Order: sequence, then C-alpha cells, then structure tokens
Amino acid sequence: MTAANLLERRAVVAALVSDRRDLLVVSGLGSTTYDLAAAGDHPLNFYLWGAMGGAVAMALGIAMAQPARPVLCVTGDGEMLMGLGSLATIGVMRPANLSIAVIDNECYAETGMQKTATAHGVDLSGVAAACGLAVEPVADMDAVMRFARLLHSGDGPRFATVKVTAVEPPKVLPARDGAYLRTRFREALLGTAP
Amino acid sequence: MTSATQADWHDGIFEVLQRGDIRHVAYVPDAGHKRLIERCEADNRMRTIVLSTEEEGVAVAAGAWLGGQRAALLMQSSGVGNCINMLSLIATCRFPLLTLVTMRGEWGEFNPWQTHMGGATQGVLELSGVRVFRADAPEDVAPTVDAALRLAFDSSMGTAVLLGQRLIGRKSFVEE
Repeated sequence: MTAANLLERRAVVAALVSDRRDLLVVSGLGSTTYDLAAAGDHPLNFYLWGAMGGAVAMALGIAMAQPARPVLCVTGDGEMLMGLGSLATIGVMRPANLSIAVIDNECYAETGMQKTATAHGVDLSGVAAACGLAVEPVADMDAVMRFARLLHSGDGPRFATVKVTAVEPPKVLPARDGAYLRTRFREALLGTAP
Repeated sequence: MTSATQADWHDGIFEVLQRGDIRHVAYVPDAGHKRLIERCEADNRMRTIVLSTEEEGVAVAAGAWLGGQRAALLMQSSGVGNCINMLSLIATCRFPLLTLVTMRGEWGEFNPWQTHMGGATQGVLELSGVRVFRADAPEDVAPTVDAALRLAFDSSMGTAVLLGQRLIGRKSFVEE
C-alpha cells in the first residue's frame, strides 16, 4: 500500500464506533486507547493501559459472557503481534459477536516509532484468515463504514487490518484507574457493581 | 495412591467449580488436570477454552467477569511464568481470578527443565499480587479450591491453588 491511501487513525476509530448502539469495546494499550477516547468516552469502553497482548483475549472473554452483544477489539499492530496466539484461540471458540480491528501504522508509536513486523511484510489479516476468522479488506473510509455496520451482524468472528499513517495525533487520555474502569463497565452493562 | 482417590479429588474440584457458578474453564493442558478438563467438557453449563498460552487465560477470565460470568484458569506450574505481566490486569483493575496450578519440578521430578518454574511458582504469584493456597493431600483439595474461589469472587482478587506434585504423582518417563 502506498502512503497515498493510508488512512487517518482517529477518523477510522471514530467511524467504527459512530453508530455503536449496544457495542462493547476493548482498546489495546497505546494509541488505540487514545483513539477510542478521542472518539468519545463511554462506560462500555474498556481501555487497556497495559497488559500488552491481552486486548483480543479480553474481548474474547467479554464476547463469550455476552453472546447477544456485539464486541469490538480495536488494537494496534504491535499489541496484536504480542497476542498472536489468541487468534488461534478465537479460531477455535468462534464467537460470532466478536470483531477485531487492527489499526496498523507499522510501528511502535509509543516508544519511538520503531518498525513492527508488519513494516517488513508480516500480514496480520493473513494470520487471522489462517485461524478461520472472516477477514474484511479495509482500504478506504467506505470500507471502514462497511466494517462498522458488520460489527452488529453477529456472523463473525471478523477481522480487519486498517493501514494508517504513522502520524501520531495529540494524545487524548481516558481514565487509567483500572478498578474504576471495570466497575463503570460492569455497572453500565449489568446494572450491578462491583 | 489408588485410582479411586485420584478420581475423588479431581471430581471434588469439578463440583466446587460447578457450585461456584464457573461458566468458562480456560486451560493449557496438564496431565494432572486431565480428568477435570474432561468433566468440564462434558458439562453443558461450562465452556472449555484451550489457550495458546496461559497469559491469554488471565485476560479471558477478566473479560468474562466484565461480561458478568465467572471463569477459572487451569495450568501447569511452568505456565505461571508466562502470566507475569498479564497479572497486572488482575492487580490493577481488581479483577477476580481463580487459577488452579498443577505442580511440576518438585516431588521426585525427573525432568530438570521443570524445576526452574517449579521452584519459582509460589514466589512469582505472590510477587504478582496473587494469594496462594496449596494442597498436597487429596482430602484438602476441594475445601482449598472452595476457599480460593470464594476469596477470588467475593473479595475480587487473584487467587491460586497449587496442587502439589506429590498429590498428582510423579511423571514417569521410563519403565520402572
């Protein structure tokens, strides 16, 4: 993909949650957590600020416990690479309500823009397809909107890699007290705390 | 140890998990968990999840609880080493976690590669903020798992039960 048709990460994540309805969202540490916060805070967003490699597995847990609700994991290429094995687990469990969108800037933006494996041609969508996930090609904003509608279709698990520019927009920082975030999420979802 | 006793303590764990409303059982298999995994697989109310690595199970369990259901995580002592950073999720967010760890590398171990994590399991868990219980006698297993389950979900914290290698029996690699 040439630089000319790379998308802008904030616009992509904002589009994914623009018509969220009953969507539950997990974001991976780093830029996708800032992107999700920038799209508008919501009690049914669970922002990871650590536990690198765990975003997809956490979304799997939510999806299995809440099979009637659509679940989206939005994470970066570096975070996804660390939890690659969880795609195999999802290939086994096949939660139909789970979608994964990897916002792929081909670098570790949080630590100084070092190249990730995807910069060298490693194909995350290819891995996901090999694990049996339904892979959607997403190369422009129309396709992002199409993927956003598919989040609610209930015939996943779905996966998309969205190639974005390596430009880092100003950080938008959501709450980072994990106990607060989990209590807020449970209360909004189940009406009970803790 | 008789085979009947072996069956008893595994079944005892299963009954505690069932009574404790555990709906998801995530695991990286171990021979010591074989019977328990089979019992969970056969139960209509439980889903078993075979993991690629143990740390996934920590995140899956946290996610399941966020979604309103309880999970348990089964692994061997070597797997505890794979979980270290993911356990930050449990401590930082005060998620409940119940993990049952079958021990290797201690009671008459044949394979020296197992002794590294076998000797470090309890320390690693405790340093990671997980409360550790241990059972080495068959009659202690069910009550210990029951106590760890209640502590995990009633007090919202990480708990682990180490199932001693003496309980499970030494793994035999050669004809004796």
